Amino acid sequence: MTAITSTVPAAADGARNLTRTLLVGFLVLAAALPFLVGKSGFISNFTFLQLSLMIVYAIAVLGLNLLTGFNGQISLGHGAFFAVGAYTAAILIEQFGVNYWLTLPAAAILCFVIGYLFGLPALRLEGHYLALATFGLAIAVPQMLKYKHLEPLTNGVMGINLLKPDAPFGLPLSGDQWMYLVVLIVAVGMFWMARNLLNSRPGRAMVAIRDHTLAAGTMGIDTSRYKATVFGISALYVGIAGALHAIIFEFVSPDSFRFELSIAILVGAVVGGVASLPGAVIGGVFVQFIEKYADAMTKKLTQAIHLPLELQPWTLYGITLIVLIYVMPGGIAGGLAALWARLRRPPQGG
Amino acid sequence: MTEMKRRTVLAGLGALAVTPVFAPAIAQKRYDDGASDTEIKIGNIMPYSGNASAYGVIGRTSEAVMKMVNDAGGLNGRKINFITYDDGYSPPKAVEMVRKLVEEDKVLLVFNPLGTPSNTAIQRYLNQRKVPQLFVATGASKWGNPRQFPWTMGWQPDYVTEGAIYAKHILSTKPDAKIGVLMQNDDYGKDYFNGFKQGLGAANERKIVQLSTYEVTDPTVDSQMIQLKNSGADVFFNITTPKFAAQAIKKAAEIAWKPVHYLNNVSSSFGSVLKPAGIENSQGIMVALYRKDANDPQWTNSPDVVAWKAFMAKYMPNADIRDDGHNFGFSVAHTLLQTLKQAGDNLTRENVMKEAANLKGFESPLLLPGIKVNTSPTDFYPIQSVQLARVKGESFELFGDVLSNESTS
Repeated sequence: MTAITSTVPAAADGARNLTRTLLVGFLVLAAALPFLVGKSGFISNFTFLQLSLMIVYAIAVLGLNLLTGFNGQISLGHGAFFAVGAYTAAILIEQFGVNYWLTLPAAAILCFVIGYLFGLPALRLEGHYLALATFGLAIAVPQMLKYKHLEPLTNGVMGINLLKPDAPFGLPLSGDQWMYLVVLIVAVGMFWMARNLLNSRPGRAMVAIRDHTLAAGTMGIDTSRYKATVFGISALYVGIAGALHAIIFEFVSPDSFRFELSIAILVGAVVGGVASLPGAVIGGVFVQFIEKYADAMTKKLTQAIHLPLELQPWTLYGITLIVLIYVMPGGIAGGLAALWARLRRPPQGG
Repeated sequence: MTEMKRRTVLAGLGALAVTPVFAPAIAQKRYDDGASDTEIKIGNIMPYSGNASAYGVIGRTSEAVMKMVNDAGGLNGRKINFITYDDGYSPPKAVEMVRKLVEEDKVLLVFNPLGTPSNTAIQRYLNQRKVPQLFVATGASKWGNPRQFPWTMGWQPDYVTEGAIYAKHILSTKPDAKIGVLMQNDDYGKDYFNGFKQGLGAANERKIVQLSTYEVTDPTVDSQMIQLKNSGADVFFNITTPKFAAQAIKKAAEIAWKPVHYLNNVSSSFGSVLKPAGIENSQGIMVALYRKDANDPQWTNSPDVVAWKAFMAKYMPNADIRDDGHNFGFSVAHTLLQTLKQAGDNLTRENVMKEAANLKGFESPLLLPGIKVNTSPTDFYPIQSVQLARVKGESFELFGDVLSNESTS
């Protein structure tokens, strides 16, 4: 497992302030984007949708990061929680007329409970056994959504169509621009909470369990309860991402949450950097853009360099993955941090 | 002139300037997104990958037809820009790709998206945006509902129509029939069965002595076939997709059950159904057809088949010509071309939809003789006629008249 990117020591206060200023500046710019563009069409609504999806996947990757990167548990089934969150939102909005923003806490609570309960028996399962149990969950959930007696709620294979909410208070924004803003605000909140959690006592306990479970237990940490709770929190994050996905995408179906989604989230987490918060953002970018457009990019590349052979879709994706893992075993965030450290050679604390 | 008046006049002039719609000189050419003096942009989604990728040839054929049109100078002087994306037969992917077509590529209309699940997923969005969802490639009956979905239109005969036609044929040829039905338990199967019951009429529904269903995930339909034989049925309506159709035909022969056998059009393929089931087991099976099989020798001299063969040789030289998707794509693409021709220089989405609902007796190539495309503002089912055929040797022998069932629900 990779080393945790530790908090910067006091000596680098200046650098930290600079980073913070940059981050705040970037966020303000990101939030101002829809207002600057307005209805000019300079950035299409479709692009705003894609940016929103990217942020949504970043939240999901962050959820898995908390579990895998900071607590050392592997899950191959987080797509299932994504599905539960999405369907919670879709059913509440469509069948019960609930306001869309109220579906977020509902999805969060439900996913936390399911995640915690799933985490309890899974506690006895270590490493690859847990991975297998979660794998089962990812396979089962899309099938369960098609189940005959759930059809009045889930609408079976046909899925549920939703309508995107309009911007409130007469804001001069399109539905996509408004939801981009909502997603961005939720994401900032979720990342802020994750950072605070990791910097707290329970956060350090999580990492201690990851580094050496037995030692952590000896130190008086209730490892079982911690693991189940972290599993629940992780599911909560992914569930909120799922609910946001349903609202901005305006459609859910069992097909949206196939097993590939769980793998995509895991790949996003590993590629971004598994024990790093910025890594989750990079992971979100990877899931939304690299994966979905691997096919198109393969074709473009083949044409651009006049390859004599026909590259299969996913070839480029596969090669990118292999190269990334070999060149940057700590993910892109880890790789960038290492590069930065080499350039500045700061004292390494922690 | 007072300040007030001058302002009013200016405002009036301004209003004139921004509403050129009323100026007669400009009224002749009108465009929405995706249309201009030089180009018409058409969007399409198809399963080029995934489980249903065999249908991808339909999209490739439509694309090649548009290329043929462009090589011949385009349509009313405009080049057709055909943009087609892969949806992998996955509804969420279909939603994303259709949004890309409408919002980024800014297509005039979405043509022939394939599959009931994908079309269901995009229907609400396209109708909300008032973008035509034209000539969808699925036979579900729900695509012809202009009151609720004025921007969606089907193309091929819908399953309800077809089911009713079998029922009427049974009533006229075998009034004392005892009917057994094998049905795939989903929307597609239910559509056929509902049409069949409508065709029989309430008084004759008791003629159905046995209804056996299977799930698409079942391995075989053997037990259902035995159940049907034991029911004493002497007429069999076979509502199955290709794999199960072949199993049913084979099993009927094995257990020596010889009813009058009606097979749904979905499985009217020699390659994937009748040959695997055994040609000798398939003799006499009746099926409703609406298109020619361009490879059938009986149509060799038919002009549309000649044109199709020339097209295939020039524009799709490496394709497997036995694949029926090429027939389908060629035919449906010509229905779109006719619609756009009728729309002329008024290429607004509204007018395209108006002309799609104004196809009168259009003979799209490769339709059976006597079968025509007909639509009206209340009839969004372009093809509603079929002709019965029976398996004879290794081809379909057409018999009887062209049959129609006007179901404009």
